Amino acid sequence: MVESVEELIRAHEGLEKEVYLDIENSSPVPEEVVEAMLPYFNRKAYGNPTLTHKPGWEAYEVIINSAKKIASFLGAENPEEINFMPGETEANNLAIVGSALKRRKEGNKIVISEIEPLSIIHVCEMLEKYGFKTVKVPVGKEGFVKIEELKEKVDKDTILASFSAVNNEIGTIQPIKEILEIVRDKNPEVVFHTDLSDAYGRIPFNVKDVPVDLATLSSYKILGPRGVGSLYVREGFRLQRIIEGQIGTQRLWPGVENTPAIVGFAKASELAFQNFEQNVSHMKRLRDKLIEGILGNVEETILNGPAGEKRSPDNVNISFLKCEGEALTIELSLNGVYVSSGSACTRRALQPSHVLIAIGRKFEEAHGSILMKVTRYHTEEDINYVLKVIPKAVARLRKIYGSMGES
Amino acid sequence: MSRSPLPYNPKILELFRNPKNLGKMEDATVSAVAGNPACGDMITFYLKIDEEKDVIERASFESYGCAANIATSSILTEMIKGKSLKEAWQISWKTIVKEIGGLPSVKFHCGILAVGALRRAIRLYYKKKGKKPEWLPEEQTFEERQALEEEELAKMLAKKMGEFEGEGKSDV
Repeated sequence: MVESVEELIRAHEGLEKEVYLDIENSSPVPEEVVEAMLPYFNRKAYGNPTLTHKPGWEAYEVIINSAKKIASFLGAENPEEINFMPGETEANNLAIVGSALKRRKEGNKIVISEIEPLSIIHVCEMLEKYGFKTVKVPVGKEGFVKIEELKEKVDKDTILASFSAVNNEIGTIQPIKEILEIVRDKNPEVVFHTDLSDAYGRIPFNVKDVPVDLATLSSYKILGPRGVGSLYVREGFRLQRIIEGQIGTQRLWPGVENTPAIVGFAKASELAFQNFEQNVSHMKRLRDKLIEGILGNVEETILNGPAGEKRSPDNVNISFLKCEGEALTIELSLNGVYVSSGSACTRRALQPSHVLIAIGRKFEEAHGSILMKVTRYHTEEDINYVLKVIPKAVARLRKIYGSMGES
Repeated sequence: MSRSPLPYNPKILELFRNPKNLGKMEDATVSAVAGNPACGDMITFYLKIDEEKDVIERASFESYGCAANIATSSILTEMIKGKSLKEAWQISWKTIVKEIGGLPSVKFHCGILAVGALRRAIRLYYKKKGKKPEWLPEEQTFEERQALEEEELAKMLAKKMGEFEGEGKSDV
């Protein structure tokens, strides 16, 4: 069904203020990143970086420089370890399938956590049809991987382990170094991948300190453009390509390089790391203001994920009971606050967010969950506005809920 | 698990923002619930019935659900006002979809649940009266079965997680 959404958009006219907090699902690109990208569409470096002419060499140069920047933020020595591709979904798919195919003769077991993103979980399910076996390590109430169960699950048949450093939905910062050491201790041959999409630019992470084989980086989650992401591949580590074609500068991802997007990704990284400490403390302050403002002023609310230092600086995830998440996202949108929900209502399968279920939330708690992420660009005024809008929106939906048949 | 775009039309938006006939009806002749919190989709219907004529004088609803759930429940309470129970019974989920100007297909179940709740209330009314009109089928209709299935599915999924609490219930 193709419907016009003109009226839905028009319903937002005359808003007092707008605050976008749905960084999980897409993000606005800051002006300075757009400015950095613009010349690369048509003024320079628009050539193919593998070709022998000036616009090609210009593209080659800027792609290498972008990779160097990103490598330095990750603590990687060699810019060739940074492989650009269209996004984190692609990078996660390549990490899992590429490793599984490469190591298929050594075993068939893949160990992940219950709360990995769908680009990990679904591709593992796909591999199960071809003889691989996925084992999911459970997590506790705050989303931390159960270490004892992890120890039990890694064995000689395990070829690959994948654990996100920060959970994208509930912001849990995993003790990824400890997890890596446990996995390697049980079986030193296991390929270790971590999805850094929600960690890069928000928590310190260095591949020298945590020597993973593979790491996924997202551009849009640090306010770079969509359409680009990266897979860090430790020097010397071999991976099976999952798509084939004309190989260019990116040996793992054939096709013509998206130079402007790569430039934007590098610029966004630079901005995130330029005043890292300052950015992080700003996000933490706004995060906590938002969490405390909601939990303190709206009844029947639950924080999902840990509080304090073990929570990602940008993540706020709260369940509102007696409030359905999709309805709440619409009500908030009509008041200029843009967020997403772990509700099942936009999904046909009735099942809400697998992450919220894994940490023990009841279905009705998961259906009323709202996910928000703050950035260095958000202000105190933004958060004040959100804190003004949320209680009213929740109250209106709870009025519709009413007594729900209770006499 | 995939997401679909939800291009709600102006009528749904309007009913979501300003639902008609909202709230518990203190003097209801009959009420019924369909769905449960675990589905994230739950409706209570209240009917005030002229018991002489078997005509719906008023209807109201409460909803725990998405915008489509709220809008379809609201429009159904409008559609059945002043109708005989027989006429109200004949409203199918497709009639609601048509009346509301179209629903995204992933939201058809909202219309189905609303009809399921209404038919449950009508059945209960006749059960309470102790007489069953000829037009009222013995067998559960599609919408009633679907409502039941949705409740059972949510119950089953939740039970699997060892956490089920609420369930669909009806009161006369």
